[in-house]
Amino acid sequence: MYLHKFLIIAVLMGASLANAQQSRFGAPATQEDIDKSFWTVFPDGEFLPDGEGNVAAGRELFEYNCTLCHNMPGENDPVKDEIGKLFGVDDKRGRTNLQQTIGSYWPYPTTVFDYIRRAMPLIAPMSLTNSDYYSLTAYLLYENGVIGEDEIMNKDTLPKVQMPNRDGFINAYPEVPEKYKAKD
Amino acid sequence: MKNTSLTNGNRRQFMKAGMATSAALLSSSALAQETVLEPSRGPGRTVMEMGYYGERSEYVKDARLKGNRGTGLIGGSLTPLQHGHGIVTPSGLHFEVHHSGVPDIDPSEHKLLIHGMVDDAKIFTMEDLLRFPSVNRFHFLECAGNGMGEWMAPRGQTVQQTHGLTSCSQWTGVPLKIVLNELGVKTDAKWILAEGDDGARMTRSIPMWKAMDDAILAYAQNGEFLRPEQGFPLRLLLPGFEGNMNVKWLRRLEIGDKPWWTHHEDTEYADPRPNDKIRAFSFYMEGRSVITSPSAGMKLNGPGFYEISGLAWSGAGTVKKVDISTDSGKTWQQANLEAPVLPKSHTRFKMPWTWDGKETNIMSRSTDDTGYVQPTYEEMYKLQGPIGMMHNNAIQNWHIAQDGEITNVRL
Repeated sequence: MYLHKFLIIAVLMGASLANAQQSRFGAPATQEDIDKSFWTVFPDGEFLPDGEGNVAAGRELFEYNCTLCHNMPGENDPVKDEIGKLFGVDDKRGRTNLQQTIGSYWPYPTTVFDYIRRAMPLIAPMSLTNSDYYSLTAYLLYENGVIGEDEIMNKDTLPKVQMPNRDGFINAYPEVPEKYKAKD
Repeated sequence: MKNTSLTNGNRRQFMKAGMATSAALLSSSALAQETVLEPSRGPGRTVMEMGYYGERSEYVKDARLKGNRGTGLIGGSLTPLQHGHGIVTPSGLHFEVHHSGVPDIDPSEHKLLIHGMVDDAKIFTMEDLLRFPSVNRFHFLECAGNGMGEWMAPRGQTVQQTHGLTSCSQWTGVPLKIVLNELGVKTDAKWILAEGDDGARMTRSIPMWKAMDDAILAYAQNGEFLRPEQGFPLRLLLPGFEGNMNVKWLRRLEIGDKPWWTHHEDTEYADPRPNDKIRAFSFYMEGRSVITSPSAGMKLNGPGFYEISGLAWSGAGTVKKVDISTDSGKTWQQANLEAPVLPKSHTRFKMPWTWDGKETNIMSRSTDDTGYVQPTYEEMYKLQGPIGMMHNNAIQNWHIAQDGEITNVRL
């Protein structure tokens, strides 16, 4: 603990030293710069934006924006399944009982929103509104058997959704090298 | 040329000698039956014709090979390791994997935003980053999925297909810790989110200790600016960590106190384990080696001398030794490690070998300086069942048939 305090003091000293030499490289980032680059969403819902969506709107958006590459529920185009199979939690690949679908694999619902907002639709990522992305998230969660058809998704409800595979993960991160481990 | 084995001394004499004398000398050689010298080629192409960015010979055809999976927009291509020399991969042959194609970025417009748990959030231009003190480091990069298709059964027909998602370069850039120290990272910050400027805005969570250890904001590769498919103008380099975390076209670093569980870390790059468990955050590419020559797809031209040559690497440290078996794993001999032997870098190993012309199997097994020994498939299966996808680093066996034909066969 003593060492820990010492480190904090050392870091503070370093910080004040940095402030003393203001001729450093790089321009200060304004809040506007940061907001433009949007914050990534944490599993606890931190930085989820305003807006809300529902399953019905999500189905319509999905049909229009996503079916060039992804199968609708019940469709089985193998090329589309290879690109990204989104539905069908009972399917097995032989290798493991888990498909990499949202319902069988993904541990956090926030990741669904974060990923489709940043990367989808493939040809025009981030072209939809936050509410549209909430609707798409709601539709994908519903078709994966995770939420009910009437559930509304927004920044309060989405982080509370319990993913079926939430406890299926082994976190390899604790294998931090000895020299980086915090010491008392 | 058999009889013209001129020593250096002889060669000098040869040069000094007049035309008549040298013609007489040559007449004793197998090549020159006549006393007439073969005319020289005459002038070749001019400097202007050659152009000012050198191209390789038209006779050299080595190329990357598109991976089996993927559309080309999402997917990659593999390095022809079977024809590689030394430890450096030519930049144009470095493997690539993308998640929404290769963006076209003007470096004068590219910016890196660093924000979150820092005293001063900042935006850096490429010009800013180039002014920082720089480092040059040889490091391999390996896709976590290198050898993914080999888990269940041997499928690749060449080492390019089995192991071609690893490459090695000399990288140049700014140590990330220098830049982070400029901003004043909060003491309880534990993670960094790296985001690329590709269509997928690829993101991965990186532990702070790695950023403060040997991470590099890299802008150059093998002495020139990065190739577009390697992240031009800026990529993150996390030596020894799985390729996907080395985010290309780096546009943003967000400092936080917990991981973000992005799509790529909780699905594609998470490893299925027995009992339906999934391992996340398996950062290290562990010790691995492979014989690149002779290797599958080649054919030995009869019994006699061959140099066995290959690559070994470890994301945890430095290759300590490589053992080679030429008798299907019954006995092992230590190969020579060729300098330079560098941490988290490809290391070239070699061993002279005389093939007796009989059917056999050859394989290599690496040990790194943490003591980690490259496992067999049997050992990997025992540990985690034959269900893996990522992080396949098992010993690779090449079968040599009596006719010299080499194939990818599992013992």
